[in-house]
Amino acid sequence: MLDNLSLFFQYPSLAADVIVNGLLIGAIFALAAYGMALVWGVLNIVNVVQGELVVLGGYVTFLAVQAGLPPLLGFPLSAAVMFCVGWFIYRAIIFRVVDKDIFISILATFGLSILFQQLANAVFGSDVRTVDAGLGSLHLFDGTVTLSYVKLLAFLLALGAGLTLWLFLRHARLGQAIRATAQNPRAARILGIDTNRVYAMTYALNGALCGAAGSLAVMAWTIHPYIGLPYTVRSFMVVVVAGVGNVAGVVAAGLGLGALENVAGFVFGVEFQIAFVFGLMVVILVWRNAMAARKRSYLE
Amino acid sequence: MRHMFFSLLVGAALVLGGAAEAEDMGTIRLGAAVSLTGKYSSNGAFTRNGYDLAVKRINEEGGVTVRGKPYKLEIVYYDDESTPARGAQLVERLIQQDGVQYLLGPYSSGLTEAIAPVTEKYGVPMVEANGAAVSLFRKNYRYLFAVLSTTDQYLRGAVDLAAKVHDDPSKVRVAMAFENDPFSQDVREGVMEDTAKHGMKVVIDDKLPPELNDMSATLTKARVLKPDLLLLSGHDKGAALAVRQVADQRLNLPMMALTHCDSAQIAEKFGAAAEYTLCAAQWAPTLKYSDELFGSAADYAALYEETYGHPAPYQAAESSAAVQVFADAFERAGSLDPKAVRDALSATDMMTFYGPIKFDETGKNVSKPTVLFQVQGGSYVVVYPQEFAEADFIWPTPAWSDR
Repeated sequence: MLDNLSLFFQYPSLAADVIVNGLLIGAIFALAAYGMALVWGVLNIVNVVQGELVVLGGYVTFLAVQAGLPPLLGFPLSAAVMFCVGWFIYRAIIFRVVDKDIFISILATFGLSILFQQLANAVFGSDVRTVDAGLGSLHLFDGTVTLSYVKLLAFLLALGAGLTLWLFLRHARLGQAIRATAQNPRAARILGIDTNRVYAMTYALNGALCGAAGSLAVMAWTIHPYIGLPYTVRSFMVVVVAGVGNVAGVVAAGLGLGALENVAGFVFGVEFQIAFVFGLMVVILVWRNAMAARKRSYLE
Repeated sequence: MRHMFFSLLVGAALVLGGAAEAEDMGTIRLGAAVSLTGKYSSNGAFTRNGYDLAVKRINEEGGVTVRGKPYKLEIVYYDDESTPARGAQLVERLIQQDGVQYLLGPYSSGLTEAIAPVTEKYGVPMVEANGAAVSLFRKNYRYLFAVLSTTDQYLRGAVDLAAKVHDDPSKVRVAMAFENDPFSQDVREGVMEDTAKHGMKVVIDDKLPPELNDMSATLTKARVLKPDLLLLSGHDKGAALAVRQVADQRLNLPMMALTHCDSAQIAEKFGAAAEYTLCAAQWAPTLKYSDELFGSAADYAALYEETYGHPAPYQAAESSAAVQVFADAFERAGSLDPKAVRDALSATDMMTFYGPIKFDETGKNVSKPTVLFQVQGGSYVVVYPQEFAEADFIWPTPAWSDR
């Protein structure tokens, strides 16, 4: 561990490489986290199946490339297909648990996540899949800092998607309806908003965001049926840190998590990277709880 | 259950149908719990294919003759869902409820470790073909036999090759990244021993997590520390990631050796990016071994591909060999008593298309070497050991800028 730390000081460019790559990765986490924040804020559901939706999005791009389509077309395609999948999941299952206790929705989405893992394993096999976007890498500073164009593209697309989402929520009729429903579903219904449709659209939109994230993930790394959970946990953490109604906060938290995680992976060793993520989540939850308690005692 | 009943029915029909030529043909039932679902499902399917192909061939050739009486082989399968607890449970069931007295192994060392205590308890001989962890053979099991070389052997060849191509082996700088599971850690143990013997310097020694999805941390370190040799093991996903990310980062490594790259199909999936990579394997269709049942290794590969529609992985070949070992032991034992079969197994000394098989007192096969392929021109070519080499080892791997 100390060896790794001392490498940072011997080769400053290394630190730059690790941090920049972490930021780029963070953009993909942020994308999946927007979706979770939306569903959490509007439907009041912690969507445990988030990671599996990401993985399914990755498979859509993988299949598209297998069928001979260019990899970059996989991005909109994954988003579109997963939009429909999200809508379908809402109509089939989620609408039954919207107004129920939060534990019921956690159980339902947890069950869905197991179902999707096993389905993916049965349909696509347990093999590790990846898609080569064929873009190559960018080399800076005499090759000491390497950025693959895929990650760079992922970063830009994720930011673009975030911006679009923000504009959509702010200005589009449906976006406004979504925000209204999030604020007060009963009042929204009285004012003539079809909240059921808003819920379905929100969940479908979440599917699209996950699909987009999955498409980037399969181009930047690899996917397999059981890799969903780390994405769920990361999304959850990002939302816990940033809060549900804060798109800019989600971006910042996502990027920060990516950078932190990458540095931790480098310093402590890759074997502890996911352990670090889970550990960090515990720390954040304890901290959030302490802050909430302080606020409560202040109000009393 | 219904499925089993059906297959028994079919078996009975076959026996009746064949009664004209082979009067009173008996059946020997072998049991196997293999991974047909779960994370090992693709390698589990290879295992099952290998078993089935050998059973089919042996039955076509008149079955197994024990004391002048011919027997057909038949396998009772269960799906262990890639989980050790389920595997042990199913083996218990095979022995207790289905009355199976001989077992074929599951896929992976972890599942074999879960099953071995059960077979040992009931005195049921097990020949396994896909559990190579060294720890399996340190427990003094008497009923466990493995046809494959132990895991620590996998990448020793790469260290040996590196020592040969460098003028001064003690100047070689080695980077290692091994998944934190019994299999890869055994591989690591083997190469640690050999690198120490040559006095090589280990500059990176990373452990990879089982949920590995990104190894850029290791590769980033490799870029500044410039090792002469990267050794890496992390099942299929480790091999796929390594090839993928080394190419993405255009990291220049004079030599890179992996496990599982044939089952990860790196040459097929990654094309030029996989060139020059060294792959450790238990078996290759180009090896010059042969037997009477399957013919040469190449004949086996051709038959396998014709039957299942994809090239023969070594996981299937070793599984077929396990069935051959059983057949041989039944004939030599001259009895179907599990104890007698066990004793015959321990005295096995045979040649198969898969290689020579002879067990030491711990039950591992000590007479077959592992091989190294190098990806050359999009195909896997054996470059090590010398006596089986089809082509010269290309070293060093050209820099990315010269490719």
